[in-house]
Amino acid sequence: MWLFALPALSINVVIILIPALLTIALAFCQWDGLSMPVFVGLANFNAVFADRVFWIALGNNIKWTLIFLTVPIAIGLFAATLLLLIHRGRTLFQIVYFMPVVVATAITARVWQGMIYNPNTGVFGLLQRFGIELADPLAHTETALYGIAAVDLWHWWGFLAVIFLAALRQVPQEMVEAARLDGAGFFGLLRHILIPAIAPTIKLMMVMTVIWSFLVFDFVYILTQGGPAYSSEVLSTLAYRNAFFEFDLGRAAAVALVIALFGLTATFAYVRLQAREGAN
Amino acid sequence: MMSSRISRVLTYLILTLGLALALGPLLLMLLNAFKPTPQIITSPLSLPNELDWSNFTRAWSDARLGETMLNSAKVTAMTIVLVLTTASGAAYVLARQKIKRWKSVSAYFLATTTAPIQLFLFPLYFGFARAGWINNPIAVSFIYCAMFSPFAIMLLRTYFIAIPKELEEAASLDGTNQWQLFSRVMLPIVSPGLLTVALIIGLYCWNEFLIASTFLQAKGEMTAVVAFTLLSGQYSSDWGEIMAAAVIIVVPILMLFVLLQRHFIDGMAGGSTKG
Repeated sequence: MWLFALPALSINVVIILIPALLTIALAFCQWDGLSMPVFVGLANFNAVFADRVFWIALGNNIKWTLIFLTVPIAIGLFAATLLLLIHRGRTLFQIVYFMPVVVATAITARVWQGMIYNPNTGVFGLLQRFGIELADPLAHTETALYGIAAVDLWHWWGFLAVIFLAALRQVPQEMVEAARLDGAGFFGLLRHILIPAIAPTIKLMMVMTVIWSFLVFDFVYILTQGGPAYSSEVLSTLAYRNAFFEFDLGRAAAVALVIALFGLTATFAYVRLQAREGAN
Repeated sequence: MMSSRISRVLTYLILTLGLALALGPLLLMLLNAFKPTPQIITSPLSLPNELDWSNFTRAWSDARLGETMLNSAKVTAMTIVLVLTTASGAAYVLARQKIKRWKSVSAYFLATTTAPIQLFLFPLYFGFARAGWINNPIAVSFIYCAMFSPFAIMLLRTYFIAIPKELEEAASLDGTNQWQLFSRVMLPIVSPGLLTVALIIGLYCWNEFLIASTFLQAKGEMTAVVAFTLLSGQYSSDWGEIMAAAVIIVVPILMLFVLLQRHFIDGMAGGSTKG
């Protein structure tokens, strides 16, 4: 019977597990990708932690996590609850809300860059002519990260709305009706019935948000490449630059391990959380 | 409490606002694909004066969309075949707990779905470079298979679990061997699941950027999405042309999505919540 599982398992081990183990080893070596790797102990980690850009990137990842733990989850939950209350047109709303998820990140990035943020060809430029001063957020150090986050937010909230709606539809309709007869308003209903009922789904999405927030790459790389002046750098773009532009594979591997550590912590926290809930 | 009529109007109003938010950028993309850049500058919001297809012809030749979309299609098709053939077998034995270590194998696949690409990217790239597999679409389809098959396995597993055990027992009483049982009895039953997996993996491959731009850099092997990002520098850009290229790459996918939306939504939602 192992023969059935073997092809999938061996492809996965060769492409992911073995290179991942090599990355762990690489983090303790100096390597330019060509010559023989040289063992250097913790030197890569020391260099990474002494680098100002690493701390900017880590800070940006943490800001990113905080934004995505709150804003899209709140919007998604709000939209899903409204969808639960209506009957006509629900499918149409769901399909349209989901559409941005289907569009390639590279295309979403360019549409926002050119048609919305751009001071010449975008909506921001148009608004400037009406006296509403809106600078291109991607061009300024204080706003670049938030400009990118807004694009990712647009692409992401609809997915959460659809997932939360799917979970909400499992909540027994009698509970909702009973609460409404008791005079619960929209937000009362949300707080006392709906959110507790779908708490497992919300928690899972929050864990995934932490993991995904440390993986974010495409939007940053395409929109700003981490600039201007490293203001939107995140760990994944830093690692990529270390590896493919500076050919410092040891440092890239060290940064990659830091990224993996956050994902691992989030997964571990979630498993603990589930075990505790299972015990109750 | 608000009267139910007002609250219903308010609900639809807010939901329609969300609709406009989701569609807005996509409509801007479509509108401006038909305008010459000077007209985009005067007004990105206006309707095009006429249906000007010149952006599309320029986009087609500059991003070599005929060739690069064919490259994307090849990698996508190879990955779908590879994922379906390998993931279905694994999903079957894991769903039926037919192997001793099914628990640890499941846990392993679960772990790799959350592994950051950067954790395996660098040794993989330099290993492939040494083996001469850079700019090789087959090699890339194996990478995609490794990345996406854990998701496919988890999704397909739920389809296999839903098949009643009695069916399997009856078939094995008739004297079919394991392989016949799997390929002639089980696979046809889970074919809706196979379709869903094929669609979602296809979407991921068609849209994928990081691996494609790292492993397929040669002009002749580049995918459409990568060629698209090369259309513009950071500062000066022909946005009419870029939007036209975007329309060519994304509209077929959006149409497929609208047509088969149940499969996409259920699959993507199921794969990430049951994970």
